[in-house]
Order: sequence, then C-alpha cells, then structure tokens
Amino acid sequence: MLTANATGYVGSRIKRREDPRLVTGNGNFTDDLTPAGTLYLHMLRSSHAHAKIVSINTAAAKAMPGVMAVFTGEDFKKELAGPIPGVPFGSVQAVPAYYPIATDRVRFVGNIVAAVVAETRGAARDAAEAIEVEYEDLPVVIDMEKAVKDGATLLHDEIANNICTEIELGNDVADTFKTADVVVEHRFFNQRLVPNALENRVALAEFHPGDESITLTVTSQNPHILRTLLSGEIGIAEHKVRVVAPDVGGGFGSKIATYAEEVIACIASRKTKKPVKWTETRSESFVGTIHGRDNIDYIRMAATKDGKITGLDIVAYCNMGGYMSLLGPSVPVLCGVIASGPYAIPNVHFKAICVYTNTTPTDAYRGAGRPEATYMLERTMNMLADKLGMDPMELRRKNFIQPDQFPYFNVLALNYDSGNYEPAMDKALQIFGYDEFRKTQEEARKNGKYIGIGQSTYVEVCGLGPGSGMTISRGYDCAVVRAELTGKVTVFTGVAPHGQGQETTFAQIVADEFNIPIEDVTIKHGDTEMTPYGMGTYGSRGTAVGGGALMLAVNSVKDKAKKIAAFQMEANEEDIVFEGGKFTVKGAAGGKSITFQEVCLKAYIDPKMAPVIEPGLEATRYFEPGNFVFPFGTHLAAVEVEPETGDVKILKYVCVDDCGKQLNPMIVEGQIHGGLTQGIAQALFEEAVYDDNGQLISGTLMDYALPTAADLPHYTLEHTVTPTTVNPLGVKGIGEAGTIASTPVIVNAVVDALKPLGVTDIQMPLRPEKLWKLIHNGGSGNGSAGADTSVVEQHFGEDNK
Amino acid sequence: MKQTVKLTVNGTTYERDVEPRTLLVHFLRDTLGLTGTHIGCDTSQCGACTVLVDGQSLKSCTAFAVQLDGANITTIEGLAKDGELHPVQQGFWEMHGLQCGYCTPGMIMQSVQLLDRNANPTEEEIRHGIEGNLCRCTGYQNIVKSIQWAAKNKNQGASAIPEADAPQVDPKPIAPVP
Repeated sequence: MLTANATGYVGSRIKRREDPRLVTGNGNFTDDLTPAGTLYLHMLRSSHAHAKIVSINTAAAKAMPGVMAVFTGEDFKKELAGPIPGVPFGSVQAVPAYYPIATDRVRFVGNIVAAVVAETRGAARDAAEAIEVEYEDLPVVIDMEKAVKDGATLLHDEIANNICTEIELGNDVADTFKTADVVVEHRFFNQRLVPNALENRVALAEFHPGDESITLTVTSQNPHILRTLLSGEIGIAEHKVRVVAPDVGGGFGSKIATYAEEVIACIASRKTKKPVKWTETRSESFVGTIHGRDNIDYIRMAATKDGKITGLDIVAYCNMGGYMSLLGPSVPVLCGVIASGPYAIPNVHFKAICVYTNTTPTDAYRGAGRPEATYMLERTMNMLADKLGMDPMELRRKNFIQPDQFPYFNVLALNYDSGNYEPAMDKALQIFGYDEFRKTQEEARKNGKYIGIGQSTYVEVCGLGPGSGMTISRGYDCAVVRAELTGKVTVFTGVAPHGQGQETTFAQIVADEFNIPIEDVTIKHGDTEMTPYGMGTYGSRGTAVGGGALMLAVNSVKDKAKKIAAFQMEANEEDIVFEGGKFTVKGAAGGKSITFQEVCLKAYIDPKMAPVIEPGLEATRYFEPGNFVFPFGTHLAAVEVEPETGDVKILKYVCVDDCGKQLNPMIVEGQIHGGLTQGIAQALFEEAVYDDNGQLISGTLMDYALPTAADLPHYTLEHTVTPTTVNPLGVKGIGEAGTIASTPVIVNAVVDALKPLGVTDIQMPLRPEKLWKLIHNGGSGNGSAGADTSVVEQHFGEDNK
Repeated sequence: MKQTVKLTVNGTTYERDVEPRTLLVHFLRDTLGLTGTHIGCDTSQCGACTVLVDGQSLKSCTAFAVQLDGANITTIEGLAKDGELHPVQQGFWEMHGLQCGYCTPGMIMQSVQLLDRNANPTEEEIRHGIEGNLCRCTGYQNIVKSIQWAAKNKNQGASAIPEADAPQVDPKPIAPVP
C-alpha cells in the first residue's frame, strides 16, 4: 500500500514532467531521427480490394536514380522467417498466412504489393509510381452477413464461409425468453472507425553488420512484445533485436500490432546494410493501419413486467478485415465478457462470429470490444425502459449489482472485483439536475424544440491482465528501481506510456515512498535493451499493472535499505523504521538516524559492509495481478437538435467515474476528456465507409470527420472512489472509460430528443444530414435496420416468441 | 534542378539549395534539422506543422520553401526566450494541455497567433480559433484552459508573437539532407 508522506505527491495535481520537452519542440519522435546514410522506404499499395496479382514489372523503377532496392512478394518471402502473426481465440479454423508483401493475391485496398528503398523520400515515391502491376479482379466481399453464406466468395481458400472464428460465452437463455413478460430486441450497427493517432506510424531499422544485430526504432505501445514477434518474422534471434519506442504520438490501440512495414524496413536494412526509414503518410495510415469496431449486433433482452432483467442474448458479427491482425479476434472476446455490464442478469448468452472481408484488418481501438458491448446494452436498456414506461435511470437502478454482491461473477467469464454503482449515479443525477431538466425538456418540446437526455451506466474490464484467466499468455509487468549512489532514483518500467503521463505519476509514487524531491526521480521506458520484459501500454493497464510492479520494486529496495541502515546503526533489521526520509531504530527516541541518501552512498562504497551485504541498491520485480479491475460510472448528457440544420448541440455533459484511487487527478481528468471525445465522435461524426468495390471512401482527413475544438462541449467531471485490492496501489484504469461510456449517452440523448417524431433508433454516426432528413420526413427513414424484427428472429430462432 | 532559397528561421538566416518541390515543413525538419515542427497528415487538415511566417500562422505543409524566399519564420524551437517559456507554452504545461505532445507544437503556434489577434478571447472564440488544429488526446478542454491561462498571465499589452531578433547569419551550416 502507498505510504502517506510529507512529500505529498501522490493524489496531487503535479504538473507533467514530460511537458517541458514537448512544449519546446524537443520531443524525440521516431521520424525526428535520421542517422547518417539513412535510406527511405516507400510502399506500393494495392488499389484493388480483391484481385489476383498477374504480374509485376519493376524494371523501370529499379533503373531510376537513387533507387537501392525494390521488393516484391515472392522474392521477399524468401527473406522471411515467418508471416505476420495473429493470435487465435475461439474456434479458429486456421490463421491465414499474412505476408508483409502480398504474393499472389491482394485482399484489401492498401495491401502492400511492392516496396522501394531509395536515397531520398522523393526518389522512393517516384520509383514506386513506375512499378507496373497487372491485377485480375475477384468478386469483392464487404457485407459480413453475405460473406458467411454458403457460396460466397472466399478470401482465404482454406477458410470456410469466411469465418475467422466463433466465440461463445455464457449460459442457456432459451427458457428465460420463452417465459419472459417483456422482450425487446434490436439490430445495432457499430460502425468502423479509424484510430488516427496524430503521429502516423514510423519505423527506422538499423542493421548492424558487425554483430548481425538490429535496432528498430518504432512507434510502438509494446516494444518487448514487438521484439519477440519481430524476431520470428525476420529470423534474427530475440537477443540480437532491440526495439526502441521513443516519444510516441498517441496509439489508442493502433500501435499494438506487429505490422508489415516494420518487417520490410528491417529486411531492407539487412539487405542494404544502411539505416532504412519508413514514414507513413496520413492517407496511407487510413488503409494500412488497423481499424476498430465494425460490428453488426443482434441483441434481445428479457424482463419482468416491473423491470427486472432476466435474460440477455447477443449474436455479434465482427469484421476482421482481410487478414487476422495480431489481436483481431480478442476484441469480440472483450466485448462478450462484459456484455451484461453493471447489471445483475442471471442468464446471459453471447456469440461472436468473426468474419473476413476485403477491408483493412481490424484490431484493438480505444476500449476494444467494451464500447461495442456498452453501446448495445445501454441503447437496449433505454428501449426496454420505453416499453415498460419506466424512466431509464430507474430501470438501471433496479438492476444494478449491489455492493454486497462483490466479488460478482457475471455468468460470462468475469469476477468483478469491487463496485458501488448507485452513489456514482446519484452524484451524476444531482450534478446534472436530472429531474429539473426533464421539466425544461417538457417546456422546450411545447415550443417545438428537440431536446433530449441521454444516459449510460457502465462498467469496464481493464488492467490486462491477470496471471491466469487470459487464454494466450500470463499478464504482468515489471519495474526496476535503482537507488543511485548519490541518492537519486532511476526507474525502468516495462510499460510504454505515450501520453498517459507515467513519467510523472510513477515519479510521484517513488518520491513519496522514499521521501525525496520528485526532481530526484527519473522514469525510463520504451527500450528493450534497458528494461526487463514488459507488456506495454494498452487496455488501461499502465498504472494498474505497471504501477503494481513499481510498488513491489520500491518495497524491495526499502527492505535492502533497512538492512543497510541496521548495519550502519548496529541495530536489528526488524527494529528499523523508515519515516520522513530517515531510518531510525524503533524505541530509541532521540537516538541515531541515517538518511535515505546516506544509505544509498553506503550501499555502493562502504568497505565495512563488504563481507556482509552485497553492493548496490536496486530491485527488479514483476507484478502479476490476480484479477482484472472494473472501473465504472454514470454519464449523462443533454442535447438539442437544430431542426434547420440537423446539427446536434451538446448542452451539457456530466460524468461521474470511479477508477479507485487517483494518483494525479489532473492526469485522470485528461484521460477522461480524451476518452469522452473519441466516444462522442463515434456517435456523431466518424465512420470508415467502404463502397461495394472495397474502396475506403472516407480515406483522408478531408473525408473522415475527426472532431475539432469547435465541435465539442465543456465536460463536467466528478468521481467516486471505490478502491480495489487487486493491485498494491488500489487503482483502476481510466484510459478507456470515457470512450466506453460516452457513445450511447449521445445516441440515447438524440433519440430522446426526436422521440416526439416517433424515432426509436438512429444508426451512428448521427450526422446532420441524417437528422435533418429524419426531422423533415416526420421521423421515418432513419437508416436503422432495427425496425425489421424478422431479421432479428432469424438469429435467435423459434423461441423468440 | 535545385533552387536557392534564403529564409530566416528563429533569428538565423539560412541559404540552402533545395528541390523546388520541398515543402516548408520538410525544409524545416530535413534541411535545418528543426524537428519540433511535426507532420500529422497530407491534406492540410491537422495543423501539427503550424509555424509563424512573418507573424502569421501557416500550416507549413501548404507552402513550398522556395515560395517563401526572404520570409521570417518562427517555429516552436524559437518561442522560448532566454530559457523562459512563452506564456502559451507555460499555459499548456500548467493546464495539462497536452498528452502525447504530437499536435502540441502546431497547437501552440496557432494559439500564439490567436492571442496576438485577440488578447482576451472567450471560450467560444478559442474553440473556433484552434479548429484548424486537430488533437486526438485531450478532447481540447485543457487546451482551451491552457490558452485562457496564457491570456491571463501574458504581459498585458505586449504582442503574443515574440519579437524577432536581428537576423544572424547561419553560424554553422548543416549539410543539407538530400
């Protein structure tokens, strides 16, 4: 547990230690590095979504000035030790071979068909344009529900019905639905999103011919995992591969996977014996970096007349894209395990059908599965409330898991660690002024205004992950805490922050624990040569897991420091107390003491300790939590839809989140602001749109609507604190909560605003033209397929009453 | 077929031979090694590359270096004076106006111009003033607060744009990157 110290850093709004370099232009991003002699790599990508490669002519490109190498699929395959890996979950038939450069067939627009290495960026690009590729088009598969039908064109000949995997969780719900008083059912579309970290991906590979080792500097959220995978792809043993993630300009999940371009850069560097740099353009990123979401969700919910939910049943089609990205099928797992949210539902069944289509592969994007689960659940809660004639908040209150039910097993897979949902809800209702606003809404409706209130009460599962319970790997992280000779402390962490602020929060912990100024602490991360095996930053795990490892290491250093203090003061180790930066002997009032800094010095230089205590003062510890953590909260929004334009104006947004203990409230708030914004943007603006030919028609920032400052409201944040005992800090993750909670809030609010027109659902994103049409057509033609209940019935069979 | 261009950047005058297709942002990053100015897109949407050209903010991916021959440019590296952060830089630090820091240099340069034109902007004016700059991390709320902090704490009456020193001639020419 944390020590309360006079230094008082933990819990305070300490300004970030990352910032001075970043506000002065002294950051160190991958593309800022250009070693002498660097060659530039450029990809030629397929403009066809599904086609056979008939021939590739690279002669003209090879002859162009400055061109050092041109790679195509078959030749390049010979340089590889293995394809790009995907981790199977569920009933996987086979993992299709995903080669960095397509060999005989392309499966999505953006699939790499050739790569050029040249002396300048311009020369590489010019040469790529001179490559001639002859394609023979194949039928394009875009629609998931058509893709799984017998007779559909197959993306991978060995994979029947284009089904990557099926994942099934929960118990039997058939009887529940047969006997239910009330059933609501719907088909939701959770559209595809493009992560759009502001820094595109970059890879700088430096092969060292002297010892045949390689250094890859890269935009990665998890350098150690990447090193292991890369080793298997390029055939250089792991101990000769160094992966460095310097400053990384955002990730949101898009920088977890191992990518083709990194492999090509490494092999190009090995071939040319020069540094090779690849810098993604934004338009390339739109097709070459993973996408998120893209589910079709069939959901039905059973309840008693008085609003007690008795059953939940979900069939989700999840788009994997053209190949299996590293963790593609794990996203539906994360959706399924939390499908019943914060509600005590006795019977829950979840099935995901993961489908290959001719689109960019999908993988984890902020929230990864949990936003999809929360969206359909929180929209369905409002539909049920409507059907029962209950207020949506009362329905939620009635079904919350109660504080005395924790740890709570949710039928699907998880044991929720701790929670207390009603206080967060009450606080949100009070700050929002819920009851008063209902009256305001009523008045406004009389004046022809479209004003609505939206709700979401959520729980998320994060802090990946427990030692056991994850099917593919143990889940842990590590830290090295090194007290230096001069009393300064250097920490090496296995997590890889890229905006989350652990250079600050981890330093707060260390400074408090040793009672030293925060300036005396440095947090290092992102270099496999410097830190022990860590799993990186994703799944809201950095502090919950990496911080746990830090605490263990701090405590181990303290233990050794006590041993040294005991030696120095000729006392028993058990009698040493460390308080206020000083070691003293218990019970010896006014007696001897020795400072932390003195202990550090003695640890390294005191010859008297030579026979007794090993030199140095540092510890390496791994922390493997026994469970995930489960942050939760209530979000509320009020919106007004302008009938003249269809614009949605967010009048107010209130959220009360509970992430356990807050180490730095300023940083927690920042994480929530950003999370909210990405979730709201899904509701209102963003959508990766493919046409029937597999062309991404919202494929640049001119077409894909990222929110600007002018599109967003001022958020009102509050919190409750329900600590967890899963980790030594009592913290729960907060990186994804905002994204998970906010999407249904906004859609619920807009649907509520347009309720007088008879609107019951609107398919995301709620763009102005869609809402304008709805208003001007008197509520019909809302683009939602949910009205067709026969479609839903097909998925749940006869028992669907 | 290179062309000579002469530009003053952060008070130093540089004369370089560049390909005519070299964008200002590539000139700054690759030719001068001033990597504080970032590139986030290829359609001039994101604003990460915003710099000041003769006191006006400009997305430096929208101009060729050769078009700006003779211009006086300030980049993020030229904003702090004598080791003291510019009030806008300080505001971003004080108010947690950045997370990953990638959009930050452009966002700060745009904010400097915003405050130069409007010393005490409202929240709405700030939100509109920076809508040409994208941030994917912060949700903008703390960026707004950062700019408000700078408006409150800057030297009232003084221009937000730092005064240009008398140009110095490039003391150590850097070998141009091809």
